[in-house]
Amino acid sequence: MSSNAITIPGGRVEGKPWVDTLHEWVATVDHKRLGMLYIVYAIVFLVLGGIEILIIRIQLMHSHNDFVSPQVFNRMFTMHGTTMIFFVAMPVLFGFVNYLVPLMIGARDMAFPRLNAFSFWLSAFGGLLLYFSFLGGSGLYGAGNAPDVGWWAYAPLTARAFSPGHSSDYWTLAVLVSGFGSIGTAINIIATILCLRCPGMKLSRMPLFVWLNLVMAGMVLIVITPLSAGQIMLLIDRYLGGHFFDAQAGGSAVLWMHFFWIFGHPEVYVLIIPCFAFMSEIIPVFSRKPIFGYPVMVAATICIGFVSLSVWAHHMFTVGMNSYANSFFAITTMAVGVPTGIKIFNWIGTMWGGRILFKTPMLFSIAFLFQFLLAGLTGIMLACVPFDWQLSLSYFVVAHFHYVIVGGILFALFGAFYYWYPKMTGRMLSERLGKWHFWLFLIGFHLTFDVMHIPGLLGMPRRIYTYEPGRGWDTLNLIVTIGAFIQAVAILVFVWNLVISYFKGAEAGNDPWDAWTLEWSASSPPLPYNFAKVPVVASRRPLWDLKHPEDPDSQYE
Amino acid sequence: MQLVTNRILRISLSSVAFLFCCMAAAAAADPSSISQTNIFAPQSTPAKSILHLSILVLTITGIIFVVVSTLLVYSMSKFRAKSASANSEPAQVYGSTQIELAWTIIPILIVVVLFVATARGIHEIQDAPIPASAVQVTVIGHQFWWEYRYPQLGVVTANELHIPVSDPAHPRPTFLQLLSADTDHSFWVPVLAGKTDLIPNHPNRMWMDPQHTGIFIGQCAQYCGTQHAKMLLSVSVDSPEDFAEWVREQQRPAIADERVAAGKRVFETTACINCHAISGTVANGRFGPDLTHLMSRTTIAAGAALNTPENLRLWIENPDAIKPSSLMPAMHLSKSDRDALVGYLETLR
Repeated sequence: MSSNAITIPGGRVEGKPWVDTLHEWVATVDHKRLGMLYIVYAIVFLVLGGIEILIIRIQLMHSHNDFVSPQVFNRMFTMHGTTMIFFVAMPVLFGFVNYLVPLMIGARDMAFPRLNAFSFWLSAFGGLLLYFSFLGGSGLYGAGNAPDVGWWAYAPLTARAFSPGHSSDYWTLAVLVSGFGSIGTAINIIATILCLRCPGMKLSRMPLFVWLNLVMAGMVLIVITPLSAGQIMLLIDRYLGGHFFDAQAGGSAVLWMHFFWIFGHPEVYVLIIPCFAFMSEIIPVFSRKPIFGYPVMVAATICIGFVSLSVWAHHMFTVGMNSYANSFFAITTMAVGVPTGIKIFNWIGTMWGGRILFKTPMLFSIAFLFQFLLAGLTGIMLACVPFDWQLSLSYFVVAHFHYVIVGGILFALFGAFYYWYPKMTGRMLSERLGKWHFWLFLIGFHLTFDVMHIPGLLGMPRRIYTYEPGRGWDTLNLIVTIGAFIQAVAILVFVWNLVISYFKGAEAGNDPWDAWTLEWSASSPPLPYNFAKVPVVASRRPLWDLKHPEDPDSQYE
Repeated sequence: MQLVTNRILRISLSSVAFLFCCMAAAAAADPSSISQTNIFAPQSTPAKSILHLSILVLTITGIIFVVVSTLLVYSMSKFRAKSASANSEPAQVYGSTQIELAWTIIPILIVVVLFVATARGIHEIQDAPIPASAVQVTVIGHQFWWEYRYPQLGVVTANELHIPVSDPAHPRPTFLQLLSADTDHSFWVPVLAGKTDLIPNHPNRMWMDPQHTGIFIGQCAQYCGTQHAKMLLSVSVDSPEDFAEWVREQQRPAIADERVAAGKRVFETTACINCHAISGTVANGRFGPDLTHLMSRTTIAAGAALNTPENLRLWIENPDAIKPSSLMPAMHLSKSDRDALVGYLETLR
């Protein structure tokens, strides 16, 4: 599509000094560069969060291990959880959404480019604030420490009586600040999708990727608000003599749980819906068929968006709500499984009768389907309240949500990396390294998280820095640790692949996967203005129409 | 490509099969051979009713898994790209209302079944009335130990709960009132009942009716601070006679033995009394466990160490060696004072 390139005076000059390049990246308001900044930033934090979990896993390798002290262990799991949710999963997904949404709807940038940059730098600042706590957690006079209250930071553990010093404040402020960044990005995504679609792209013609992320952004807007409110209340408690969560003074520890989980549970969907979006693009292209049941997929997503706002207290079945509240949250939790199941069926329906190509993105997608199915089924078990009274707060729950977050979200993300890396850099990721990455990660993942369910069933609570011998947990924990290291090796292969392919990867061309959405009509990497000529679309798969003028989709929609 | 497909299938399915086999094995085998904290080896009505529900849930989810993964595996192997058709696109199918309806309605029916079973389970366990014969115990969670009070019996003890066995013919369940003195905790003895949290200013309740005597273990399940890991639980289920005998012993005031008067004086004149109570002495602190009948317990430091003279001495001298960052301070006593103190504590039967 050479007609898509126009020359802008002063556009690209070779051999600039590195300071200029750096300045360009720092001062950029281009959605593609901000997207890549988000992604690189998330990979850095992924490595940090990964190191933390390896420390945890070494400590738990056998009973009565003393690799680290209880204090360090507690900081590690707090930092691991906070890092992975707020500073890896959120930014990396925002990165992809930022990069791809304007390209997919034929826009030249996000609706508010400067807000976009502001939101990114707020989130980035939040991450730095969290990690600065290692140095400054005890203020200027102490040796410093990191927060150790757990990533959900239950009151009253966060009260000053139980959490002296400033480590919890860094946690609060980091989450608060990055939350404001997320709200800015969510507003931006919604405005972009609603206002900047190219001619012909009705809402019913948007790629599913765009639809799903519209729902995601709406949820972010709703759920980050109570989280931020909770953090501000916590700060008032800690510094202005408030008693919101101070049970000794008539406050309520349970109130914090509600504030946290009304964010915390929809957050899982905020993270998984963009991954559903990846699947809804990758699976059709590698099955060579359009997505099965497009309207139902949209409806199911909106349904998930609404229902998932009323399931939060299933994290609190053990805190002693009355039996009616427990029943209510049980049925809403089970109900959210229905639209989620519809999605899985529709992806299988897409593969059914197709011509499936097992490239690396598709391998990750299929593994996603298996693992997300299993994660959903253990989720159903946890929704059965009495069963949850046994499983909750045990390693079974840890295994369950890592099945969602690693087996689901991370696998989908890897698929997305292999699928869109050529668009972002102009070069293909190595298939050979990709296969190594996939198989190593798959084996490591199952070794770790399949086995991790069992100590939970055998009564092992989460968040313990050590455990007694003779409970049947030793061997299982050793296997889990070995699996974690295999995953770490796979991550190194992946990072190596990202780096080496940037310099030596095969040229991708505009459309390496023979795909159908608008981003593949732009050059790889796309020019700063994305499209020289704003495209006009007549169906959900504009490039299909272009490639098959004899049988365009627009005939059927 | 077939190779790749098969490998995906083999690894995914075998790992899943492994998971379910282990779960089945854990459920079927003798509890003590796998773990004393196996949730599939219930000894009391709430844990048993959870086991029954879990079998239903595992069966239904197991069937769903087999059906959906079969569909997935079939479509992967049947519809993989063959090189002969490399250039032709398959038929473009956009959806089907009938199929969509089917895979919406069937899951809804499954949800209804699961919900009815769940609601029944909740009601059975959570709304059970307290019979007049019930033993009532107030459990107070502390960083990082358990306080037990028997208001009907006037007994106060710590960490090792004693309850009577409940004969099905004459049920004598134990109802626990759950309170917290500081942060959140959670009471979990997997073979007796599911867990319930202890939250400050939010009293909770749970119950159990073990039908066999024995010692059942568990530990705090809700992260409560630095030493969450060593906040262990043990429940001794006694025969009615043994329980009555234990109660009688606990109701007695502390033994006053003239031979250990020196040790008693050390206890009463140092910081020990700020946190610990011994009935019949000036010591009435409530931050730490009641020591009136310390020697009737088999462990110290909430199960972190056996209750031996050597461990007692170490615990007084350097608690961090047993349980780092517990709230017990190192007492810095002279050797003679420490010996006298341990001598005194050993008489507290």
